[in-house]
Amino acid sequence: MDAINVDINHLKKGEVSLGTSIMAVTFKDGVILGADSRTTTGTYIANRVTDKLTQIQDKIWCCRSGSAADTQAVADIVKYHLQMYKANNNGKSPSTKIAASIFQELCYNNKDNLSAGIICAGYDEKNGGEVYTIPLGGSLHQHEYAISGSGSVFIYGYCKKNYKPNMTKDETVNFIKTSLSQAIKWDGSSGGVIRMIVLTKSGIERLLFLPDEYVNA
Amino acid sequence: MPGLSFDNYQRNQFLTNSAGYNAPKATSTGTTIVGCKFKNGVVIAADTRATAGPIVADKNCEKLHRLAPKIWCAGAGTAADTEMVTQLISSNLELHSLSLNREPRVITSLQMLKQHLFKYQGHIGAYLIVAGVDPTGAHLFSIHAHGSTDVGYYLSLGSGSLAAMAVLERDWEPDMTKEQAMNLCAEAIQAGIWNDLGSGSNVDLCVMEVGKNAHLYRNHLTPNVREQKQRSYKFERGTTAILKQSIYNLVDVVEEPIATTGPDAMEVDS
Repeated sequence: MDAINVDINHLKKGEVSLGTSIMAVTFKDGVILGADSRTTTGTYIANRVTDKLTQIQDKIWCCRSGSAADTQAVADIVKYHLQMYKANNNGKSPSTKIAASIFQELCYNNKDNLSAGIICAGYDEKNGGEVYTIPLGGSLHQHEYAISGSGSVFIYGYCKKNYKPNMTKDETVNFIKTSLSQAIKWDGSSGGVIRMIVLTKSGIERLLFLPDEYVNA
Repeated sequence: MPGLSFDNYQRNQFLTNSAGYNAPKATSTGTTIVGCKFKNGVVIAADTRATAGPIVADKNCEKLHRLAPKIWCAGAGTAADTEMVTQLISSNLELHSLSLNREPRVITSLQMLKQHLFKYQGHIGAYLIVAGVDPTGAHLFSIHAHGSTDVGYYLSLGSGSLAAMAVLERDWEPDMTKEQAMNLCAEAIQAGIWNDLGSGSNVDLCVMEVGKNAHLYRNHLTPNVREQKQRSYKFERGTTAILKQSIYNLVDVVEEPIATTGPDAMEVDS
């Protein structure tokens, strides 16, 4: 049986990679997603201002890492399924769990052909902010916060030490900013700007942090 | 019959392995292509060299393709793939536009292209910069062969993309005029022409401005015109001696005027 020995990390030659540092953190009022903005083809930075935070539904977003093509394709399919869900359920919005579940189904059943590490996060009235992580093999894990991508390995310790449940928005923004700052510092495949999406009852807020601001955070 | 044909696979394997023949190299548009947004629209540009390995296969090829009257696309990678995938999506886009009774949108062409390329998992070697204007505004995107897309105010693709990007990173600024954007793109392509071996010859440009028709500037710049040859290499008449001349009449030529009036007149619809 080949399955155990296959290098599932491997991108095809010339394929665009979201090297990446991504994370999503639940807090008092909801959830915040964060990501760097670098995509690479080999050693060339194909895009230094990528948006790796993709909207799937009004208040369900995802962070993409791995192959740019694979994650874009999967996200588009999940978006489609959720639109159909909404249309067939009289306008009722799907829960974050349902979105994560669809991600899992695609990533697991096509694991041989995909290189996608996704964090799915969303806010709804009933459950508040939720974070689901779907790593390469297609398993599904719910956490209070999740980190992923090549740059995440450098910040496991930092995040474990500095995360507190039920932080305020500013505390959470600062937590993500300092964490991703370190991930970007140590990982060559991560860099550019730090993008964040804040999902709360009040709505959706986009944040942008340029290198001058986060490099000494 | 649509799709890739593998009918010759076995024959080709035999030829390359047992018979010592080399496979023909796919013509690649070595290429420098760029796209750049300006105040009221977007402009794309390309060089005009097509290479087959180290040989220049075409000194003045057209890398700017029309997806729709106001949506144009520059292609790098395998020349045949960029041409065919562009024609396919252009055709489908026109049908789609007619079906919806609306002007085609750049994001529609983007989605069609990316879904097609993703389906073929990168085997269709098309790397495109897609740009245009539609009822939603001016747009600029790039697509890679595996099906990933990027958005940007300025982009470059192809073997000369690094040379072009250096120029763009230095000189791009927001809200440029049309002329500034055209000059910037021309300079970026020239960086590829002079510094990348896979790019050369001329600069093609296409300007898509909101509220106006798209304008293609074929050979906008021609900085590589071959110098006048030192002498004429034409052989004078008589260089090849005529030993014998024979004339054979194969048919008898008879002139017969066609009657347009009278009883013998040719019948035509009035």
